[in-house]
Amino acid sequence: MAEHDHDDHHHQHGSELSETQLRVRALETVLTEKGYIDPAALDAIIEAYETKVGPHNGARVVAKAWNDPAFKHALLEDASKAVSSLGHESRVGDHLVAVENTPALHNMIVCTLCSCYPWEVLGLPPVWYKSAPYRSRAVKDPRGVLADFGVSLPKATEIRVWDSTAETRFLVLPMRPPGTQGWSEERLAQLVTRDSMIGTGVAKRPDEAA
Amino acid sequence: MDGIHDMGGMDGFGKVEPEPNEPPFHASWEGRVLAMQRAMGYAGAWHIDMSRFAQERLPPQTYVTASYYQRWALAMEKNVVERGYADAEELAAGHALRPGKPLKRKLTTDVVRQGMTRGSFYRQAQAPARFKAGDRVRTKNIHPPTHTRLPRYARGRVGVVQLVHGCHAFPDAVAIDKGDDPQWLYTVVFDGAELWGPDADPTVKVSIDAFEPYLDPA
Repeated sequence: MAEHDHDDHHHQHGSELSETQLRVRALETVLTEKGYIDPAALDAIIEAYETKVGPHNGARVVAKAWNDPAFKHALLEDASKAVSSLGHESRVGDHLVAVENTPALHNMIVCTLCSCYPWEVLGLPPVWYKSAPYRSRAVKDPRGVLADFGVSLPKATEIRVWDSTAETRFLVLPMRPPGTQGWSEERLAQLVTRDSMIGTGVAKRPDEAA
Repeated sequence: MDGIHDMGGMDGFGKVEPEPNEPPFHASWEGRVLAMQRAMGYAGAWHIDMSRFAQERLPPQTYVTASYYQRWALAMEKNVVERGYADAEELAAGHALRPGKPLKRKLTTDVVRQGMTRGSFYRQAQAPARFKAGDRVRTKNIHPPTHTRLPRYARGRVGVVQLVHGCHAFPDAVAIDKGDDPQWLYTVVFDGAELWGPDADPTVKVSIDAFEPYLDPA
């Protein structure tokens, strides 16, 4: 991954991966020996992102909003405050905004400049979210991007793309699937996919649930 | 800066390819990079806008071919060296050859939760907000050679203020060590046709979050 001798050819043969591994190891050793970082704390952070922080957190928020009108109102009013009240592993920051999908309006989130994403409620962003195809096209051809995800919306539905250009983070509140009256929050949460909370998907139908 | 990172509206990158059951990390070094970034941020070594600016300053061919965490690693090396936390000789040797610089704190296992909590970007307002929801504004046509969060596709365009987010640290200043320079932040929404011309999908609207210095009344 050297800045000046980067070469796709290497990428295909894996030698670049080992160069990256070596470079990252060197960086960690230097920063540790300098006294800046503690490798055990790095282990704990990695473990948290692998096991505790993920889209299940956001799914719980969405399911609660579907079942609890007062919570939904609070969420759309001030998502940081509403989500913090649920006590997630990684406390949500001050700048979360929830946006609601309706039959007339579909919201979709992107960060064209880098990879801004609501980590606390969705975990680490998937590779496609950080990729050039998504970042370049989401703001210009959102229907085409949705087609890449197999999603087709009615022609009359307004599509609203939110480009996360500051520290504000956006969470899409997808539409509740029909046929779920009386479902518990736990059961509803199973229908809430990560992509439905980014706006590149919709919530699962009851017959699609695992 | 008008860099390769400013991708909104570019053509030619192809289809979006979601990966089914994607793991959090695709190699163990990716997790180390992410965690080091968190730890150095907690220590106050540099600000997130400085990380972004370091990535933007990578050669464009590197930016588009390196993987996401490779970019992070390269940007981190840049910040480590440029800010004097280690030098190139030490990174090449893979060992510290000199003592470190003092940092304000260190991320240890007992404070991992705090290390994973996002800081607040709210700052004390220096002046009343110039705009309110519903105001028409035109984004400035600016091309600073340094970091900015006003994407090219939304420069010189007329939109409407939808949300007022309060006063925030200003990335354009923070990234170049000019302090927080707090500014009001707004969600500004544009019609697709204003951004992409008369052939744009009439059902599409796009918003950016724009700091007050990016905006003029329209």
